[in-house]
Amino acid sequence: MGSGNEQHLLSKIATNNGHGENSSYFDGWKAYDCDPYHPTQNPQGVIQMGLAENQLSFDLVEEWLKKNPKASICTAEGISKFKDTAIFQDYHGLPAFRNAIAKFMEKVRRGRAKIDPERIVMSAGATGALEMIVFCLADPGDAFLVPTPYYPAFDRDLRWRTGAQLVPIVCESSNNFKITRVALESAYEKAQEANIKVKGLIITNPSNPLGTVLDRETLRSILGFINEKNIHLVCDEIYAATVFSHPPFIGISEMIEEDTKFNRDLIHVLYSLSKDMGFPGFRIGIVYSYNDVVVNCARKMSSFGLVSTQTQHLIALMLSDEEFMENITAENARRLAARHDLFTQGLARVGINCLKSNAGLFCWMDLRSLLKDATIEAEIALWHIIVNEVKLNVSPGSSFHCSEPGWFRVCFANMDDETMNVALQRIHTFVSQVNGAAQSSKKKHWQRSLRLSFPSLRFEDVTTTPGIMSPHSPLVHAPI
Amino acid sequence: MKQSQLSTKATCNSHGQDSSYFLGWEEYEKNPYDEIRNPEGIIQMGLAENQLSFDIIEEWLKENPDVALFKRDNVSVFRELALFQDYHGMPAFKESLAEFMSLIRGNKVRFDPNKLVLTAGATSANETLMFCLADPREAFLLPTPYYPGFDRDLKWRTGVEIIPIHCSSSNGFQITETAVEDAYKRAQKRNVKVKGVLITNPSNPLGTTVSRSELHMLLRFVAAKGIHLISDEIYSGTVFDSPAFVSISEAITEIENYNKILDQVHIVYSLSKDLGLPGFRIGAIYSCNETVVAAATKMSSFGLVSSQTQHLLAAMLSDEKFTKKYISENHKRLKERYDMLVSGLGDAGIQCLDSNAALFCWVDMRHLLSSKTKEGEIKLWKKILYEVGLNVSPGSSCHCTEPGWFRVCFANMSQETLELAMYRLKAFVDSSKQSKVCCKSVRESMKSLSKWVFRLSPSHCDESNR
Repeated sequence: MGSGNEQHLLSKIATNNGHGENSSYFDGWKAYDCDPYHPTQNPQGVIQMGLAENQLSFDLVEEWLKKNPKASICTAEGISKFKDTAIFQDYHGLPAFRNAIAKFMEKVRRGRAKIDPERIVMSAGATGALEMIVFCLADPGDAFLVPTPYYPAFDRDLRWRTGAQLVPIVCESSNNFKITRVALESAYEKAQEANIKVKGLIITNPSNPLGTVLDRETLRSILGFINEKNIHLVCDEIYAATVFSHPPFIGISEMIEEDTKFNRDLIHVLYSLSKDMGFPGFRIGIVYSYNDVVVNCARKMSSFGLVSTQTQHLIALMLSDEEFMENITAENARRLAARHDLFTQGLARVGINCLKSNAGLFCWMDLRSLLKDATIEAEIALWHIIVNEVKLNVSPGSSFHCSEPGWFRVCFANMDDETMNVALQRIHTFVSQVNGAAQSSKKKHWQRSLRLSFPSLRFEDVTTTPGIMSPHSPLVHAPI
Repeated sequence: MKQSQLSTKATCNSHGQDSSYFLGWEEYEKNPYDEIRNPEGIIQMGLAENQLSFDIIEEWLKENPDVALFKRDNVSVFRELALFQDYHGMPAFKESLAEFMSLIRGNKVRFDPNKLVLTAGATSANETLMFCLADPREAFLLPTPYYPGFDRDLKWRTGVEIIPIHCSSSNGFQITETAVEDAYKRAQKRNVKVKGVLITNPSNPLGTTVSRSELHMLLRFVAAKGIHLISDEIYSGTVFDSPAFVSISEAITEIENYNKILDQVHIVYSLSKDLGLPGFRIGAIYSCNETVVAAATKMSSFGLVSSQTQHLLAAMLSDEKFTKKYISENHKRLKERYDMLVSGLGDAGIQCLDSNAALFCWVDMRHLLSSKTKEGEIKLWKKILYEVGLNVSPGSSCHCTEPGWFRVCFANMSQETLELAMYRLKAFVDSSKQSKVCCKSVRESMKSLSKWVFRLSPSHCDESNR
């Protein structure tokens, strides 16, 4: 495997590292896979806090399913639709599906934007949507500006098979990682200097990994910037319905309806039901473009990743049940708020702060004070300790291309309350051990003192503990 | 909006959708035949769908309500399914898919589920293989005629080229060594690097199974050139007559030192044709090449199969009683349909290529051409579309080098509709024999003809009484 001959026989894409999975950040996943936490079968295992999944509201969905057997085309109630659904492969999608998605997107935007079902294009998940929009907008070598920190898989989704490039817009904690005009211009200039053609700007709003929403001022400034440079704006709004407290989510659609001077042909929205509804397995991705040529092109490209009509049918019925969607959206937000508060307050009790956030399925945790020095190496060293000794798989900020070491993304919506409490307990223990060590040997460097703080645990013990596979933990290999 | 602001892919024509193949579809969409609501409408015979055996699936669903309700052993698995996005695919599904593929091949070969990569349809599988095996501007050789969708699937976003291997009616469109060598040389002359050969077996649009000797020839060719062979076996479960289907997985074991070329041979499969489930987007790549499997698995992130669908199909395909019954009954019904079409065409003095598989016939209408050119073929095609009211696929859309051949589908409509299509065609042929006949009277005579057929058809009466 991977011989010189074979390298020649396969494509460059197949044999390069563009998929990003050889990165050391997968160490955390591997540690989890080998030793996954289970409350009774493996209580000392690694708790998965690197997976941005929404597992909080399945009970509501399951209740709805019981009451709506015709949502499945395989039940006695739904079977009359089986044949028509099974043969339907029109890339426009089932009309009921598109209409339901459009209505839901409007609802999430509090009715402040009109979503036209004719512009909805399917893709198999947001992963497919992201790649598809790049294929539509950019040629190999063209670049997109992306504010840091950003979702790690952008490196793969936007670049691997498309040949496009990413140019980071550096954002800093000094102003809560705001996307400033200065930062935008600076990134653009850097690209120009390197003779890189910038085709567009990609923002994630609400942000992954920050969990914050963009304010009106920033959105206006971004719109002004892209208009001036005549480049595209792709807004990944996959977390739109995970906003659980003030300030409200403002979609780009709302902005351009308010202010018609912006060129709509440059605006494209990405969406999915993977985060808001917690359905990543069903592969429901959406590309919504205001540009007719792009809608046309994307629709043809969607052939490479249509949503299964079996799933379209289910989702069409579910999302068009307005009463149910009203309830689940509100309840979901309530549960996210509760979980967020439980976690951030638990961290605050031991002096750990998070970036103030009101959306997403995670917190952006500030551990800069625990770093030996402000370097990526120190961040990675701390990360290894958190994974291997505290037994929490969190994601280090450097994997999100954060310019400042010491930040970590920690997910909180993919577990039950008990597991959350165990995680908090472990963090409390860890912090008090660190504090204890620091107090007793002030002259020693933090790193050396950390070793003394865990006398009962040697690194070798951690790596040779036999893995116990929990039947309840999905062995997820797909990154984030 | 300046066109230069989008990608080249967005503004070129490589999606192939301006071809006649798709134009026929558009015309059909504007005026679709319906027994009751639009009996003068265009009958869709350009769609290779298998609608013959849904009742067998529906029967199975009725007997297996658990699956439908997101349950396994009476326990809800909804949550597990909703969260399952592992690109390795559901083990239970891959196992049952591997079993199904074996069953189709008479259990002469076994498939390892770990060598399967799941993709959103064969469309995605074929594109993914291109991304894995070729760089932009490299090429694959394809025998003509070939499925029109390949122009989009293999070339559009990948930048890969297709170089045709010309096959002709003189030997039943079989793939000869000379033709393959010729295609390879043409590539070399243009300095285009050939990365492999792609065949569809059974063939689309011919409906024939590729012979063992052709497969051996191709295997030896790719071995000698050190290139890949992809066998798109999407129609493998539709072989309704002899000769029996020979998969590349079987043929390869008959080649000397075949272990040396295992890394170069890949199979594409899907449940869209055999099971008639194109809407569910179930495709697969099978390869013994670990690097290909690894790369394709990661790429499948861009088009995974819905877990809801994997769950359903895992249960369905692991029911051996069902799969055996389905395969044999499906064959029977396909053969009946095929016979009906061939006989109906025969009545109109039209021959087909002798075929034994798939959902269509390769029909010879060369004698009806006003001129033996592509233009003559398109002229005839338009007549058939607008005057006869049948959407069939002209051979030129399949890159056939000889004008006058058409692909006509027979499994995507009711028996009555097929009979009507045959009547219309016969009427058209009869009336074209009279040299001076105006379009209007042809249409008039067909209007009254279709009403007559309508009234006489017994099963239609039954339907209206339901």
